[in-house]
Amino acid sequence: MSDVLKVPTMAEFMATGKQPEVLFWVGCAGSFDDRARKITKAFVRLLNKAKVDFAVLGTEESCTGDPAKRSGNEFLFQMQAVTNIEVLNAYEVKKIVTACPHCFNTLKNEYPSLGGDYAVMHHTQFLKSLLEEGRLSIEGGKFKGKRITFHDPCYLGRANDVYEAPRDLIQKLDAELVEMKNCRKKGLCCGAGGAQMFKDAEKGDKEINIERTEQAMEVTPEIIATGCPFCNTMMTDGVKNKAEGKIEVMDVAELIANANDL
Amino acid sequence: MEFLPNLIFAILLFTGIGFFARNISKLKRNIDLGKDVDTSDQTKIRWKNMARIALGQSKMVRRPIAGILHIVVYVGFVVINIEVLEIIIDGLFGTHRIFSGIGSLYGVLIGTFEILAALVFVAVIIFWFRRNVVKIQRFMKSEMKGWPKLDGNLILYFEIVLMGLFIIMNATDVEFQSTNSGNIISQFFAPMFEGYNVHLIERVAWWMHIVGILVFLNYLYYSKHLHILLAFPNTYYGSVKPKGYFNNLEAVTNEVKLMMDPNIDPFATTEEDASVPDKFGASDVQDLNWVQLLNAYTCTECGRCTSECPANQTGKKLSPRKIMMDTRDRLVEVGNNIDTNKGVFVPDGKQLLGDYITNEELWACTSCNACVEACPISIDPLSIILEMRRYLVMEQSAAPMELNTMMSNIENNGAPWPYNQMDRLNWKND
Repeated sequence: MSDVLKVPTMAEFMATGKQPEVLFWVGCAGSFDDRARKITKAFVRLLNKAKVDFAVLGTEESCTGDPAKRSGNEFLFQMQAVTNIEVLNAYEVKKIVTACPHCFNTLKNEYPSLGGDYAVMHHTQFLKSLLEEGRLSIEGGKFKGKRITFHDPCYLGRANDVYEAPRDLIQKLDAELVEMKNCRKKGLCCGAGGAQMFKDAEKGDKEINIERTEQAMEVTPEIIATGCPFCNTMMTDGVKNKAEGKIEVMDVAELIANANDL
Repeated sequence: MEFLPNLIFAILLFTGIGFFARNISKLKRNIDLGKDVDTSDQTKIRWKNMARIALGQSKMVRRPIAGILHIVVYVGFVVINIEVLEIIIDGLFGTHRIFSGIGSLYGVLIGTFEILAALVFVAVIIFWFRRNVVKIQRFMKSEMKGWPKLDGNLILYFEIVLMGLFIIMNATDVEFQSTNSGNIISQFFAPMFEGYNVHLIERVAWWMHIVGILVFLNYLYYSKHLHILLAFPNTYYGSVKPKGYFNNLEAVTNEVKLMMDPNIDPFATTEEDASVPDKFGASDVQDLNWVQLLNAYTCTECGRCTSECPANQTGKKLSPRKIMMDTRDRLVEVGNNIDTNKGVFVPDGKQLLGDYITNEELWACTSCNACVEACPISIDPLSIILEMRRYLVMEQSAAPMELNTMMSNIENNGAPWPYNQMDRLNWKND
C-alpha cells in the first residue's frame, strides 16, 4: 500500500501561520490501541484522498476525561477538559472531527460550559459531508451485496441522535445493510461504556458483548460495522468467542477506505 | 333530615379532597428537599415534550400491545371523569342526573362513557392477565415482590370495581333506562336486576362509585399510580439536552479554575471556599436535585427501563427501575422522619447508598442511556447512578481498583492506559 500518510500537527500549521479546515481529534484508543490505530489510519487515508486540510494535536492531545467523568471523578474530568480547552483555544480551533463517539460526546456536550465551544462531528458525519460535497467518492465493488449490520455506539446514537450517517455510508457501498432486532434507539450497548472498558464486569450470567454478538449473529452478517473503537474491541472479542473467522468487525471508515483500495 | 345525604356527601367530598391536598403538599415538600436545578430554559420545547410524551402518549406505543391498552385506560380515565362532575353536583344539591337537561347530547355523553368504561374494563383485565397469568418478565423481577406487586394489582382491582359500579348504577337507574338513550352497555345488564329493589341497588352503586373514586384518589399518594398526575410535570421538567450530556459540577469548575490560574496566591484564603459543597455527589436523597426526586415519585414501575438495560439483561444486579423505587422509598422514609420530628430531619443512621442501593449495582452501569430512552415519561435513572458514583469516587475513593488505575493513568499520562503522551502520534509511522 502507498502508505505515506500526511498527518500535519496544529503546531506545524501554526508555524506557517495557517489554519486547517478541521482538527482531527484522534483520541486515546485511536492513538494507542493496536486495533483502533488501524481505524485512525484508514480515516487519515480518506482525509488525504479527499485533500482535506486537517491537523492533529499530536503529543499535545490528552484524554478528554470521559472515562473519568463516567466513573464519577469530576475533578479529573474537569482538569483534563480545562487543559484540553486551553490548547484548543490557543490554536483557535473551530471545527473538530473524531472517530470516537465518547470523545465526540464529551467535546460536543460537556466542553461548552467549560469554555470550549466547537463544531464537533463524528467521522461518519464528516465522511458523509465529503461525499455530498463531491470531495470523496465510494467505489462499492468490493462490498457489493455483502451482508453488513451496523452496531450503534450508545454515545453516537442514543446520546446524540446520530443514527443515519453511518448507515448512509454503508449503503453507498452497495452492501446489503441488515438491521439487528435491537438497533438505533433500541441498540444494545457493547458493554464498554461508562468506563466498563477498563474494569471487569460485575457478577452476572453473561458478558454484554457476547449478548450483543449473538444478536448480530441472528441476522447472519459477513461484517459487523461499528463507529467506535471501544465497540470495535468488544465486538471483536465477542466474535472471537462465538463466530471466529465467520464475521469481521470493521469501522465504517475502514469499509470506505478498503472499498477505495486505500 | 332531608338534607342528610347532601351533608354526608359534602363531608365525604371535602374530607377526601382535603386529605389528598394535605398529602400532595407533603409530596411537594419532599420533592423540594432536593437541590435546586435550573429548568427555566427552553420553555417551548418543554411544553412540546409534555404535550407529545405525556398528553400524546408518544413513547407508550413503542410497545404496541401495552401502549394501545394504556391509551384506552388513559382516555377512559380522562373522559369518564366528566361524569364525576355531574355526580358531585348531584351529590351536593340532591339533584338527579343534573346534566340530563341538555337533551339528546346527554345520551351521547353517557353512551360514550359507557363504551369507554367497557373498554377500560377489558383493558384492565388484560393487564391483570399479563401480570398474573402470562407473567411478563419485567413484572417478575426481584424488586417487584411484595408491596410493588400488590400495588400493581390493587390499582387494577380499583379500576375494575369502579367501572363495574358505573355500569351497574346506570343499569339500575330505571328513569335513565326508560329514556333508552346512552344506555348502550348498561341496557344489557338492566334485565339482570329485574325483581330486585333496583332503586336501592342504584343508590348503593352510586354511593360506592363516588366513595371509591375518593378512596382511589387518596390511594395515589401511597402508590406507584401517582404517575397519572406527575407524568405531566415530569415530562415538562425532563432533560432538554442531548442524552449524552452529564452536568459539569460548578463547585469543581471553580476549584479547577483556581488551581489552573497562575495569578492566584495559593496561600490566600478565598471566599470561594463558601461555594464548595459539603459533599460531592450523592449518598442520600437530599443530595439529588428535585427533578430527580420528582422522577422517583413519577415512576410507575413499568420496568421498560430494566428490560432494556444491558447489565440487567446479562444477569447483573443493576435494575434502573429499582434505582428509582429505592430513591422514592428512601425519600418517603425521610419525609416520614420529618413528620414525626416536627418538621426537622433527625439523622436515622441510614442513607440511600448502602441501605438501599449497593455499590455493585452502581458499578454495573454502562451509561448507555437505554433506560432513559425506554422510559415513557422522561425519567432519568442514569443521572442518579452517575451522581452516586461521584460520591463513591470523590468522597470515599471507593472506585473498583481497575478504575483507580485507569484514573491515575489519565492523571499521569493523559490516557486511560499507561502509555507516554509523547508517543501519541506514533501510529503515523506504524
